[in-house]
Amino acid sequence: MNKLPGKSGYRGRLIVVEGVDGSGKSTQIQLLRRWLESQRLKVFFSQWNSSELVKSATSKGKKKELLTPTTFSLIHATDFADRYDRQLAPMLKAGYIVLCDRYVYTAFVRDTVRGCDPAWVRELYSFAVMPDLTFLFKADLEVSLERILSGRPELKFFEAGMDLKLAPTREESFRIFQGRMLDKYMELTQEFGFTVIDANLTIEEQQSQVRKLLISQLDLEKFALPK
Amino acid sequence: MKTGTRNLKRKPQEIKQGADNNPQGSPTPPKRARSRYRSYTNILSLAPSERKFYGAGIPGVDLQGLKGKLIVVEGADGSGRSTQIAKLVNWLEDSGHATVQVGLHGSTLVSEELEQAKTGNVLSHRTMSLFYATDFADQLENVILPALRSGRMVLADRYIYTLMARDLVRGMDEKWVRTLYGIALEPDAVFYLNVSSEKLIERNFLKNRTLDYWESGIDLGLSQDWFESFSLFQKLMMEQYHKLQKIFSFTIVDANHSVEVVYNILRKEIENLISVKKK
Repeated sequence: MNKLPGKSGYRGRLIVVEGVDGSGKSTQIQLLRRWLESQRLKVFFSQWNSSELVKSATSKGKKKELLTPTTFSLIHATDFADRYDRQLAPMLKAGYIVLCDRYVYTAFVRDTVRGCDPAWVRELYSFAVMPDLTFLFKADLEVSLERILSGRPELKFFEAGMDLKLAPTREESFRIFQGRMLDKYMELTQEFGFTVIDANLTIEEQQSQVRKLLISQLDLEKFALPK
Repeated sequence: MKTGTRNLKRKPQEIKQGADNNPQGSPTPPKRARSRYRSYTNILSLAPSERKFYGAGIPGVDLQGLKGKLIVVEGADGSGRSTQIAKLVNWLEDSGHATVQVGLHGSTLVSEELEQAKTGNVLSHRTMSLFYATDFADQLENVILPALRSGRMVLADRYIYTLMARDLVRGMDEKWVRTLYGIALEPDAVFYLNVSSEKLIERNFLKNRTLDYWESGIDLGLSQDWFESFSLFQKLMMEQYHKLQKIFSFTIVDANHSVEVVYNILRKEIENLISVKKK
């Protein structure tokens, strides 16, 4: 079977999951990671907004609600650049399967919904390579909302888009804000070739689809850890 | 102005307090004082500015509402920026204009983390560049724009140009850097204090006695020798400043002159800027 060459030009492969909060993408990528690791493959996992140094500023900004759309965008770009230069790019060059829970598309969608200039946001992230596979998890907003609220008592300020003053309550604001994000994601689907996964399905059904797709597109043996 | 003069007669105490800054200290004869005081009461309102962002800008800002003036003083370390700004602030406040001073790296949002990053030197150029841009954006939105909205004169001790020059010296893509700083508001005036590199080195040693890691560009590996690295780095920065000067048309001020001479040049330029031009 003819497998696609890596889009990045690197030996490794970049697999990305995207979707609104509560779409279940993190669960799916964790399951994917477990499976690949248990197959003894070279896997590296990275999460949006997790660079140590930058995270302290971001969490302070979020806690004190100091962030504006512009600084929100820039601080996440800073975080991404740090992870990209020190981890993602080196790991791709070293021939790893790199799994990303959110990638530049999160910024393209979220920052523009917050009012940042789309061309500006894209240029900020222009140094990043295109993923080999991007899964977009598309769930009904009510399903997303229920998933989040079953795990913790309240929606977070920025995740509900409260900074945009769309609605007085967090739930109502979440519906509007995440609804706009979902629309934006759909707009980008064709341009960036997202693989849309129906995230209303059961966890198991989604995971089967994800794994099957991965096998069809990647020659997994090539990524085996040395014995 | 009539009201001003009348007030002056009624409340001499209050007015006098304001004028106490005068270094002479000795009581001035009332007749002379009145005419001198009067010159402080004819305060011109700021002429309106044509406002625009360099590029993408900050979403949701009403540009017409930014009634103050943004004045930027750029120049290498040791070019005399802070001395000049202090003098300008004194003069502007004396002449009745409220001022706000702003520098680089002072945001509440990331200044602490930036300091940490600088100390550890573990971040890539790109990451540092974005970190600095975040810091700038935070100050722009939380200090500069509110001050302009309230009609103040904002004196900026460096602006995006220094940040851009540093990025460009470190090999960042020019288009990328310019897009990034497209968030910035175009200032009403940018003065670049131009000083010869010999003079800069001289002033730096007078002030600090120790070379700064970042100001010497040690991270670029230009030379093992710090003094040489400092000289090479400042030269590279100057090249970038001159390139940026052409793009953004700064007013170049020859700052090899004495403090007073430079101050008088700046003051005259700013006077022209704030007064409504008579035809």
